[in-house]
Amino acid sequence: MSYVFLQQYWWFVVSLLGALLVFLLFVQGGNSLIFCLGKTEEHRKMMVNSTGRKWEFTFTTLVTFGGAFFASFPLFYSTSFGGAYWLWMIILFSFVLQAVSYEFQSKAGNLLGKNTYRTFLVINGVVGPVLLGGAVATFFTGSEFYINKASMTNTVMPVISHWANGWHGLDALANPWNVVLGLAVFFLARILGALYFINNIDDKDLVARSRRSLIGNSVLFLVFFLSFVIRTLLADGYAVNPETGEIFMEPYKYLTNFIEMPVVLVLFLIGVVLVLWGIGKSLLKPKFDKGIWFTGIGTVLAVLALLLVAGYNHTAYYPSTNDLQSSLTLANSCSSEFTLRVMFYVSFLVPFVLAYIFYAWRSIDIHKINEKEMKDGGHSY
Amino acid sequence: MLEHINTSLIDWSRAQFALTAIYHWIFVPLTLGLAVIMGIMETMYYRTGDEFWKRTAKFWMKLFGINFAVGVATGLILEFEFGTNWSNYSWFVGDIFGAPLAIEGILAFFMEATFIAVMFFGWDKVSRKFHLASTWLTGLGATISAWWILVANAWMQNPVGMEFNPDTVRNEMVDFWAVALSPTAVNKFFHTVLSGWVLGAVFVVGVACWFLLKKRDKKFALSSIKIAAWVGLVSAVLSAWTGDGSGYQVAQTQPMKLAAMEGYYEGQQGAGLVAIGMLNPEKKTYDDGQAPFLFRMEIPKMLSLLAERKMDAFVPGITDLLEGGYELKDGTKALSAEEKIERGKTAIAALAAYRDAKLAGNEEDAKIAAKTLKENVAYFGYGYIKDVNDLVPNVPLTFYAFRVMVMLGGYFILFFIVILFLVYKRDLSKMKWMHWVALLTIPLGYLAGQAGWVVAECGRQPWAIQDMLPVNAAISKLDVGSVQTTFFIFLVLFTIMLIAEIGILLKAIKKGPENN
Repeated sequence: MSYVFLQQYWWFVVSLLGALLVFLLFVQGGNSLIFCLGKTEEHRKMMVNSTGRKWEFTFTTLVTFGGAFFASFPLFYSTSFGGAYWLWMIILFSFVLQAVSYEFQSKAGNLLGKNTYRTFLVINGVVGPVLLGGAVATFFTGSEFYINKASMTNTVMPVISHWANGWHGLDALANPWNVVLGLAVFFLARILGALYFINNIDDKDLVARSRRSLIGNSVLFLVFFLSFVIRTLLADGYAVNPETGEIFMEPYKYLTNFIEMPVVLVLFLIGVVLVLWGIGKSLLKPKFDKGIWFTGIGTVLAVLALLLVAGYNHTAYYPSTNDLQSSLTLANSCSSEFTLRVMFYVSFLVPFVLAYIFYAWRSIDIHKINEKEMKDGGHSY
Repeated sequence: MLEHINTSLIDWSRAQFALTAIYHWIFVPLTLGLAVIMGIMETMYYRTGDEFWKRTAKFWMKLFGINFAVGVATGLILEFEFGTNWSNYSWFVGDIFGAPLAIEGILAFFMEATFIAVMFFGWDKVSRKFHLASTWLTGLGATISAWWILVANAWMQNPVGMEFNPDTVRNEMVDFWAVALSPTAVNKFFHTVLSGWVLGAVFVVGVACWFLLKKRDKKFALSSIKIAAWVGLVSAVLSAWTGDGSGYQVAQTQPMKLAAMEGYYEGQQGAGLVAIGMLNPEKKTYDDGQAPFLFRMEIPKMLSLLAERKMDAFVPGITDLLEGGYELKDGTKALSAEEKIERGKTAIAALAAYRDAKLAGNEEDAKIAAKTLKENVAYFGYGYIKDVNDLVPNVPLTFYAFRVMVMLGGYFILFFIVILFLVYKRDLSKMKWMHWVALLTIPLGYLAGQAGWVVAECGRQPWAIQDMLPVNAAISKLDVGSVQTTFFIFLVLFTIMLIAEIGILLKAIKKGPENN
């Protein structure tokens, strides 16, 4: 196991966690639909309880994604979180609002009232996917920062990474392509949310509404997603000279990456096909309720492929538009070989984690949520 | 113009982290403690099949669930604040510090997230056995989570298992097990988790006594008290034991913190422990000639015993630690703070020279600089210290917080003994005064935990990582205004969440076990 292999392995793990996180944003997407699809209190309650049994997975994946990034690529953690302060803070605020909103909304004495907490869920449902999508887009479009590790020897100003503007991450929203990917993720999350409701709720009217909502969201998703992908494939990318570590602009870099990594290209194409298959079959077959799994797996594959393209094949995954040589690559931002190796062994536990998640998920979801269950007086939100 | 770190930025960044940690520690210990108590109750249900135990367990689970969400929310913020507000820290020690956080996510959070859903929604969907396992696994997940985050925190108190790499300008892990199983980490884990169990027990006993006060649900209340009081007594006694272990570790690795905990300036052999004392507010620096105490009562030789396990051992005070010259265990003379600062500056200058030499391709000079760096790297962090007085933590805060924690720890042992005596040998249900005592003990449980963290974190100052990285070199370069804004947003948000949680808890408690 070489150091380079470990770097690549950990980029794969972080990318996979990122991809799983995008899939699990069905919770946020579903929440953004609460007031659109839920025309009655019963509908809204079922929707909230449906996503409410899964929100902790999204939350935990976000935390693990952060932890894994910290452990494997600490310079990203340092540069992006410390620099794009406001972008990340707003994302975190929205997730904090979400965390309490499920448990608190239906409880007596909750101070703010049910609708306020549901509005918090909607805020998280919109802000979370849009800004997370925007943050991921900066892997392709770049950010304004510079890094100088020698600053550690300056006892007056020892900070090594600096954001080059006063917007501290909000500047990402000034780049329309970041917003485009943010919106693509947002509409994808809504599609996943609707598909999840179709799979998880036993209510004819609500399921029919969910199916109808797929049309508009899918059209908008495709417009934004394809725009971003086409633009990215045609744009110059941030390449790394593996011999010198020098970073330079290369025409069609991301397109080249796909071509030079056919396995990743196949993953991406399968992912896109599965996403469309899940949506299409759910629209065309009124009894089909497994769309979430096709579109969900497709989402994981497509996002995984995009993130691999951002970091593999001698590419700077977190480019600096301010100072090209400050851009982060797998090699210049990763942990030591020892730490990556330790974490490599720890990652062997992931299949066990996935196994018990699968088992517990199945046990809970063996019956769909229905109005009767909501009225039975068991634990519900 | 020479750029420099704004001290206000450091203060606000520290304040924001402290605010988040304080709120986080309001919710987490109750999660840890309730998990054990409701696990025992559900085990009773599993073994007896008695619906009473199911109702009892479900009642405490409901309170657990209300409390859990806010702990999760504040925990998320804490994790990311290492990056957002302490970006230099994230690079300088991320190679070691990031691993426990990642392992926590992989091993613990998913376990919690998975099985808490089964615990709440699985009563009629999974077998009794699987449900019971889920309840215990939820608690186990929370405890494993505590293990890894406390490993990370212990490493900040006592950095071990790493080496400085001048090429990457950071510390890198060389011994995972030294990090994961350091004596500081082991002690900290048991002490902290047990303190959470104490709080859970105090909470359950207090709430149950409210039912007795209201003459409601007597069987439920007394049964809950019996279980909680046993959990509380055992964990309070073990907490005192592990507290002693923590004190010993502090003496070995953070002598300045120990000195601040005791308001102890002039070192001596056979040092006494201050049992009761009032610090002199006029004392500002170690060498200002002011007496440290207005009055104090000491337990003779106890500090030496605590710190060195010998009645007549020498324990250095703040003055000794700053002026040096006393004999260390290895027979060498302790360096003064000035000397340490000089050696820290030498280490930093050697790092700069090493990088310059490397850049110029001068391997010979690089080798010489690397040797100088290695000789002085133990004092690297001192190179960022401007004034020796900055090396002394806030003595009054550390001193009083330590006493609050210790006294309350002693009180809890007594409290649980009395409760157990009354519940088994007398009719506790008729003792109104004890119900009130139990109710008023709930906030004391929270106070003790917060005081403990104040000792641990404020006592470590000025270090983010002991002797390695002071807070002024650990920071992110941000506008003070941004951090102030997020501080107040968090303050408002967390406070609203706390008020809402208390409101919901009170309503749920009033409903009682029968109506939940």
